[in-house]
Amino acid sequence: MNAGKLLSYIILAIVVIAFVVSIALKGFLVTVGAFLTLFIFSFLYKDNPYYKFAEHLFVGASAAYWMSMGFWKTMVPNLFGKLYPPMVAWAVPALKNNPAQPLMLIPLVLGILLLMRLSSKAGWISRWALAFIVGTTAGLNLVRYLRSDFIQQINNTVFSLYVTNASGFDLGATISNVIIFGGVICGLIYFFFSKEHKGAFGAGARTGIIVLMITFGASFGYTVMARISLLVGRMQFLFGDWLGMIR
Amino acid sequence: MRRTVPLVITLIVGTVLIVAEFVPHKPFGNLGDKFSMYFDIIAVFAFILGGGNLVRVHITKISRKKADWPFSAVTLAGFALVLAAGLFKIGNPGGIRGDVAVVGSLFNDLYIFIFTPLQASMFALLAFYVGSASYRAFRAKTVEATILLVAAFVILLGRTPFGLWLTGGFTGSWEFLQVPNLANWIMDVPNLAGQRAIMIGIALGVISMSLRIILGVERTYLGQDND
Amino acid sequence: MGNGHTEHKTLVERLQFIDRRIIFVFIGLAVVIPLLFGAVLKEETTPIVQTFFDTIEGLPEGSRVLLSFDYGPTTAPEIQPMVDAIVRQCAHRKSKMYMMALWATGDNLTGETIEKVLKPEFPDYKYGTDYINLGYQTGNQGLIRVLLVDFKMMYAVDASGTDVDSIPMMKNIRNLKNFDLIVSFGGGSPGIKEWVLYAGDPGKIPVGGGCTAVSAPLLYPYYPNQLIGLLGGAKGAAEYENALINAYPEYKGRKMAGMKLMMSQAVSHVVIMFFILFGNILYFIQRSRDKSRSMEAGR
Repeated sequence: MNAGKLLSYIILAIVVIAFVVSIALKGFLVTVGAFLTLFIFSFLYKDNPYYKFAEHLFVGASAAYWMSMGFWKTMVPNLFGKLYPPMVAWAVPALKNNPAQPLMLIPLVLGILLLMRLSSKAGWISRWALAFIVGTTAGLNLVRYLRSDFIQQINNTVFSLYVTNASGFDLGATISNVIIFGGVICGLIYFFFSKEHKGAFGAGARTGIIVLMITFGASFGYTVMARISLLVGRMQFLFGDWLGMIR
Repeated sequence: MRRTVPLVITLIVGTVLIVAEFVPHKPFGNLGDKFSMYFDIIAVFAFILGGGNLVRVHITKISRKKADWPFSAVTLAGFALVLAAGLFKIGNPGGIRGDVAVVGSLFNDLYIFIFTPLQASMFALLAFYVGSASYRAFRAKTVEATILLVAAFVILLGRTPFGLWLTGGFTGSWEFLQVPNLANWIMDVPNLAGQRAIMIGIALGVISMSLRIILGVERTYLGQDND
Repeated sequence: MGNGHTEHKTLVERLQFIDRRIIFVFIGLAVVIPLLFGAVLKEETTPIVQTFFDTIEGLPEGSRVLLSFDYGPTTAPEIQPMVDAIVRQCAHRKSKMYMMALWATGDNLTGETIEKVLKPEFPDYKYGTDYINLGYQTGNQGLIRVLLVDFKMMYAVDASGTDVDSIPMMKNIRNLKNFDLIVSFGGGSPGIKEWVLYAGDPGKIPVGGGCTAVSAPLLYPYYPNQLIGLLGGAKGAAEYENALINAYPEYKGRKMAGMKLMMSQAVSHVVIMFFILFGNILYFIQRSRDKSRSMEAGR
């Protein structure tokens, strides 16, 4: 037996002993949660079988989680429960007297067509369902993005560039409004590639880059905040819920 | 059949939903509502498709004894355990008629003690890599990079009490120079301007892409073959 | 090394390419040590958070508030403290809470919130008259589109399978326009943006949001015309808790979940800023050395 193999067996033995001791002291479920957290964190040292175990378990558990939720939350009450209510009376008795809606055959058939993607020969027919999904998404998005993210945003940017308050001219608010107005215009100029960024247009584009860099800097700062929060959450679980070191 | 029917479906569904926004009455209003509801329900089949595909891939991996195939068995075991707990509502206080996600069921316990640690820890790893990237890659090489760096610095410092401790001396009409105030100003003014420019750009992209899809100009979602 | 040539690296070069695991240790310690000390920071509530708080505070008794749990375990450390604080405030204001989820993972967290916050702290709050758990439905923005027209088209039963027509607080609910406020706790997409686009703007319904810090900067363009307020990440949660403590003295002295995160958050920020500074100092030292070396070589 070489040294590497011996070391891996020693680590395995330590993990098993620690797992058993933890179950005895803290209970089974918290122990499982804690060890799975540690298995994932072990990747920080290097890729290893414990991380791979946790990663593969995650993939399987996630897929089954979504399937179960989709089945009980939507498929049972909103598909079968509408198509033929007595069919789900054993699980959702409240629906049994509702009228049957034969038109619900449409999503059922489209759903089955989508599942045909698993077949190598009849996979092409899943495009019909996919076309419905894509068409719905496109139809929904077109008007709503036009209204909220285009027209309304332009509307939000139309404001006074000379701000006054009770005591007269408000320099701070005026500067802020000018920067917002100019920043939006220059940011849009930067994204406009049909005209060469030269002269006054180029100056606008360069100002746009500065505004965008500040935006990305702010996003970076907030991203750091978010990632740290997640880590704090995990550490609260490990040191609080598991080890009981946080009061 | 393979390409024309999907293009017609997309055209009809997309057009009806757009018209329904402007004419929310029969027949368009009703049709728009129905199509949206069907869309909601078909989404469940996407979950089943995902699960089915996962099982197929990992069974193939095990049967062909591909590299790391024992881990595929772990995937399938995790899948079977959670699926059984969910579909059969094992240990659910309300039995088969209870809420699948109710506190106290095996399904919820698996969510709290398996799903949550795995998913949350996977994302928490990113905190370490953000720290590492800050040290190794975040360099003030150009003017633009320096502006980005300074903005990030102000935000990071402004969101901690240290920012106020360092710059609390600025009072009265100089109060705006306190780092937390500068951080708020960055968020409310230049960040807002930049994000709004990006938002308007994305909106134009979404609108044009939606039109291309509905009119059948954009067909990449249909795949490669031409029959 | 492989060809027998031994590279001689300066201290600056070695520090620049330090093993990343050493950096990981610093990050880990910056998070864990403040947690073990249990220090809690005092927060100041910023206007974008205070406006949100004041809006809920100004709702008349019995107002209908839709709480959408659009997040999961990945973002729960940031978002759960916001949820707890807003649920507490709504309960104090005697608002009727309608809980639902655009994310499946949010459904379980709805149950956890009810069991850990609402039931123990507000035992008089009754299911069906004061709050309801409608659960998760698939469809993302498609679901919101349907709810704006006909709520019961997708929510014929609540999460536990009870006919919504038999639930008192659902009697006058026809669609989303019957709500006084929509609050989305969003971890990404679908989330706050979708509520603004598909419900708030077309239905003229006030929308507020609590989101992960990553999403917060992206949502600023909606405030204040399309969003009544926004809580961004753990900091936003802690600020909201501060507003809650100021308005409800019974919470004074209590260590709230968001505030507990902030000390670790603050120390980690300082460590990361130190890394950025130190990395840049090394970079500039190296660059000036490289410049002088190339000038010497050019002579």
